[in-house]
Amino acid sequence: MSTPVKAPKPGPQAAKAQPARPKAPKPAPPLGAPAAAPVLTGAQAVVRALEALEVEAVFGIPGGAILPAYDPLLDSEQVRHVLVRHEQGAGHAAQGYALATGKVGVCMATSGPGATNLVTPLADAHMDSVPIVAITGQVASSAIGTDAFQEADICGITMPITKHSYLVTDAEDIPRVFAEAFHVASSGRPGPVLVDIPKDILNAKAPFVWPPKMDLPGYRPTTQPHGKQIREAAALIAEAKKPVLYVGGGVVKSGAHAELLELAELTGAPVVTTLMARGAFPDSHPQHLGMPGMHGTVPAVHALQKSDLLVALGARFDDRVTGKLASFAPEAKVVHVDIDPAEIGKNREADVPIVGDCKAAIAAMLEVYADPGKERLKTWWETLDDLRGRYPLGYTDIDDGLPAPQFVIERLGALAPEDTIWTTGVGQHQMWASQFIDYEKPGTFLNSGGLGTMGFAVPAAMGAKLGRMDRTVWAVDGDGCFQMTNQELATCAIEGIPIKVAVINNGNLGMVRQWQTLFYDKRYSNTNLSTHHSEGSPRVPDFVKLAEALGCVGLRAETVDEVDDIIKQANSINDRPVVVDFTVGPDAMVWPMVPAGVSNDEILYARDVRPNFDDEGEI
Amino acid sequence: MSTHTLSVLVENKPGVLARVAALFSRRGFNIDSLAVGETEHPGVSRITIVVDVEAGSLEQVTKQLNKLIHVLKIVELEAGSSVQRELLLVKVRADAATRGQVIAAAELFKARSVDVTPDTVTFEVTGNSDKIEAFLEVLEPFGIKELVQSGTVALGRGAKSMASLSRYVTPNS
Repeated sequence: MSTPVKAPKPGPQAAKAQPARPKAPKPAPPLGAPAAAPVLTGAQAVVRALEALEVEAVFGIPGGAILPAYDPLLDSEQVRHVLVRHEQGAGHAAQGYALATGKVGVCMATSGPGATNLVTPLADAHMDSVPIVAITGQVASSAIGTDAFQEADICGITMPITKHSYLVTDAEDIPRVFAEAFHVASSGRPGPVLVDIPKDILNAKAPFVWPPKMDLPGYRPTTQPHGKQIREAAALIAEAKKPVLYVGGGVVKSGAHAELLELAELTGAPVVTTLMARGAFPDSHPQHLGMPGMHGTVPAVHALQKSDLLVALGARFDDRVTGKLASFAPEAKVVHVDIDPAEIGKNREADVPIVGDCKAAIAAMLEVYADPGKERLKTWWETLDDLRGRYPLGYTDIDDGLPAPQFVIERLGALAPEDTIWTTGVGQHQMWASQFIDYEKPGTFLNSGGLGTMGFAVPAAMGAKLGRMDRTVWAVDGDGCFQMTNQELATCAIEGIPIKVAVINNGNLGMVRQWQTLFYDKRYSNTNLSTHHSEGSPRVPDFVKLAEALGCVGLRAETVDEVDDIIKQANSINDRPVVVDFTVGPDAMVWPMVPAGVSNDEILYARDVRPNFDDEGEI
Repeated sequence: MSTHTLSVLVENKPGVLARVAALFSRRGFNIDSLAVGETEHPGVSRITIVVDVEAGSLEQVTKQLNKLIHVLKIVELEAGSSVQRELLLVKVRADAATRGQVIAAAELFKARSVDVTPDTVTFEVTGNSDKIEAFLEVLEPFGIKELVQSGTVALGRGAKSMASLSRYVTPNS
């Protein structure tokens, strides 16, 4: 598969093409349409704008209202359209593409149901700050509000789940709207932007002026941190006896991993990486304590609880990290760095609020931090090292004749080619993929953290692979998640996007079943998916046959001995998508666990096993 | 909980009021009153919102409002340093026997009678919410048949304006 990147089309516009992330509004063109501006249809303007914005891939499905845009798309040598099988897949693919490449992901759908199928990915991108632009067709301007065929007020529907949205009312506005949409999506705190274009606007003709003048008087994200706050933060870190660097997804988004590594080593402070930040700090680094939160490691959770200074970097004190907020890190002062001022003080009051880009903020801290030596951290590290020694991540194999899911995921990680990109769905397999695969680099673990969207893995892997054809992309999925979006494997097979999917098939909605085991007296209401072969009943569906029907290689591993060979086989296939059905038992559970709504002090290392924090009083 | 008056300058774009109103309901904040209208520049509207929240929530709602792309500037107008006014139209029962008393009461509040029938008088009055409330209390015994109130509008006192709107407006738009 050749890379979809191509040089922009030659022509009067190519010379003026501006980069994907315009820094500031450009000067206005002379009044009136310049003689050089070609007159294009709205549809042609959409494609020309995408080309000028250096878009190389659009994921979508045509339909009535968006049809005009698909005609010029056929002629574009630069923009590759990937015909997905469901608009949700288009949205998640755009997210996967954005997360893997750092560029804006683009998806396209028609009006009504096409647009409403994008709602879940838009909400997902909004929660996880993923820069995507969704282009939707709309019924003709004159029909808006009449309940026309395939009409839905998608701007209204998505208002609370987009960073911004546009309903284009004039074909002449298309260049400006696209320039603004890409700028808003990718700058500040990134997020999804929707551009809704009525069909008559796509057909109307207007001069195409590029670069357009952006008009965003109310949009001025703060990226440079305040010097005084930075000095205060540095002073607090130098004094703290029990500091923790609490690293969130913002560090990955701002590309601040190198600065973070330097800050960690300079200060000697322990580091925890949230689900959104896995890979922002190398797992192999001795200062890394792992993931905090509901299924975090004992040392990471305990470090936050007992800390005297949390340095939150692009993290948002999510309830899955803090547990019961009132009892979270009760003795800690808080330095909170975030590019979104609304995150600071939202859940936890900050002693030193720093609004700005993480990369700039950490770099500024590095400049002013005066290291008083690491002696004061000795007791803190002794405590944490002791916990690491006594409560490492691990699992007990359940004697059910099937491989443990944790074992399968551990082996997937161990045998994966270097720089493999991982995507996951949501549930037990997601937590195990976070726990049992080592992440050394940012942008290698892509998942749905905030919204918790089941079915994210396969389409996100498709988008990630298209953006990074040089990398192996493994989707670690559950049998429940996989059945929500696996149709995109047909897209992968036909479009030549050879992703690999590991279905951790325990035959159940595993995380829900785990809660039923623990909190609902083992009453397994509606969690059995019957994807296991048992007592004469066949597997429904048979994932191997399903994979083959979708044009992929289907493999299955049912015993511990098969696991490595099957993984190696899957790793060796690079011309087609591969699906492996790892048949595992239903009873494995994700540990450690802080039950919902209680203090993080109540963390359980395993069922009914509370860690012994016997040295609590000594530091 | 206490009442706060926010003056919000926004771009005069379609859907901006929906975005502001939706944000309040989505984040769980209650709007006591809301008034919107054009400013001295037709490209900019001013939304005056009265909310009943705690101080911490007020900071959060202001920050969330600021994230809306069409929001240009937000200022909290304190009662002491601003002029705050509501408009009330009220239809009161007033026949030949009571009309004189009703009109006398209204004069105390500088209310203007704008419509008279044999059985009713309709008054127009402006003032802050305390004055409006007091006026309604006085009218209550006569019998209020119908009333309508506008949201609060407010401007800061003194010579300064909240923002120079020209900085938000493109020269040729």
